[in-house]
Amino acid sequence: MMTELPVQTGAASSSSLRWAGLLLLLLLLAFGFAAPVLFRGDPAQQHLASVLQYPGKQFLLGTDHLGRDMLQRLAAAVRISVLIALLTTATAALFGVGAGMLAAMRGGWLERAFSLLADTILALPGLLLVLLLVAITPGAYWNLYMGISLVLWVEFYRMSRAIVEPLACSSGVQASRLLGFGNWYVIRRHFWPELRASILTLSAFAAATSVLSVAALGFVHVGVRPPTPELGQMMTELLPYYQEAPYIFLQPILLLILLVLGLNLLAGGKAHE
Amino acid sequence: MKRLIAYRLLQALLVAFVVGLLTFLMVRMLPGDLAYRIAAGRYGYDMVTAAAAEAVRQELGLDRAGIIVFFQWLWNLIRLDLGYSLVSGELVRDALLHELGHTLRLACTALVLSIAMGPPLGIWAGLRPGGLVDRLVLAGSVVLRSVPQFAIGAILIVIFSVKLGWLPAAGHGRLAHHILPALTLALGMAALSSRVARDATVKVCNTEYYQFGRTKGLPETKVFLRHGLRNISVPVVTYLGMQFVYLIEGVVVVETLFAWPGIGHALVHAIFGRDVPMVQGTALVMGLMFVVLNTLVDVLNRVLDPRRAA
Repeated sequence: MMTELPVQTGAASSSSLRWAGLLLLLLLLAFGFAAPVLFRGDPAQQHLASVLQYPGKQFLLGTDHLGRDMLQRLAAAVRISVLIALLTTATAALFGVGAGMLAAMRGGWLERAFSLLADTILALPGLLLVLLLVAITPGAYWNLYMGISLVLWVEFYRMSRAIVEPLACSSGVQASRLLGFGNWYVIRRHFWPELRASILTLSAFAAATSVLSVAALGFVHVGVRPPTPELGQMMTELLPYYQEAPYIFLQPILLLILLVLGLNLLAGGKAHE
Repeated sequence: MKRLIAYRLLQALLVAFVVGLLTFLMVRMLPGDLAYRIAAGRYGYDMVTAAAAEAVRQELGLDRAGIIVFFQWLWNLIRLDLGYSLVSGELVRDALLHELGHTLRLACTALVLSIAMGPPLGIWAGLRPGGLVDRLVLAGSVVLRSVPQFAIGAILIVIFSVKLGWLPAAGHGRLAHHILPALTLALGMAALSSRVARDATVKVCNTEYYQFGRTKGLPETKVFLRHGLRNISVPVVTYLGMQFVYLIEGVVVVETLFAWPGIGHALVHAIFGRDVPMVQGTALVMGLMFVVLNTLVDVLNRVLDPRRAA
């Protein structure tokens, strides 16, 4: 879970890198959603007569150790990774930014309570917390979703609180309040323009973190359960066959790398100063 | 300094609280009678009788409200009374002490390797920003950051164990066994620390005191050693704290991949086996390790940069 990465690319190349990241992600999404439409096949269908096949005519990307179509499995795995990443990031951003603004505007016990919650979550490394939450009821999606959102929430909360806090007592906001504008107006006209860019960058990093944690959990057999295809879990399943079929084994790894690379490029560098 | 240590102590308590809460929920979610479960945890499955379970029920007041039982549970955890493993019947504390040694050896090797790779490369890149080395290091670090640890490990196994046959793919004991798992962890950490060192170097080289050192005729190496190195090291050490998140998480995955008999491996196995006392113990130790490492970073930073103490 590496959200706080101080990678700074040159200012000139940064926007073209972002576009490259977006393009990469769109291609991966297109692969994930077009594969089941364009090609026939079922990710769970086993063809035990043709296991670990090289890419060929019948199976465009080959088959795994149970003769399942890698193309369909990879597409399904991309869909589930992206879906979980979107859901967790959206939840974390919504609650994190909301809590951050509330804490910065109200202060007092509310701020202390939120900050204690954030400190509690940060006390354990993120993946460890998710691992423990998932272990409560193995195989359930809700605690995977809850756990990852909870871990991602902290960064959004801290970032938005830090940005809004000086704004909340700035003269601009005071002027708006004296003119009788309500909270909603202040949020829309004063806070949101300042927050927008940071939220987008942080969301891309958070989504990358989410994809990586789902894969890490799948890899240690704790996250998404078979037979649902998931990138990390496919790697562990295929690891024993790396000598017979290195190309098959490398496919989920390559896909995961591309997915995370796309998100990291989209984030475009400065998440934190 | 006092504030800092108080904060870290609070953090350690929070670790115990979170681990206690989650494992308590885990036990409550298990099917069957809690008293029998705990009795099994204490005396081993063969020794559980109705009388023993009843004794546990009386002692812990399990027929009382859940919240009181929870505080009892937390109190046992804070006293480090971790009980017995449900799978091996071993005292959890003994198993942990044994595994902690292996994990610490792996983590320290990885840390040393990453410090030997990351910051020197970063400084080299930062001394000539925009140059060939800078661009290569940047590309390397962006790509490495996108590769999860288990994929780095798997690729290293395929290259060094399968294709070249130089190093063992799994196991422990000899020095050669350390290299691949430690390198797996170190590469990811070096990707981050090289960036931090690079940016710090660029910043320090542009400061007035550094430029003045040059202007007054000091040789390049002397300016760097006297005015550069220590200032560069402050952010690098600060970011070490962040890397410990990566290190501890990596330990879980990498130990599983390389069959390294440490805490992370034990945690994953305990989760499979629904071995709640072991889950509790391993998670607690990893959480506390995280706190201790961060405290060390804080202290080291104070030593390197005494201005902060004021």
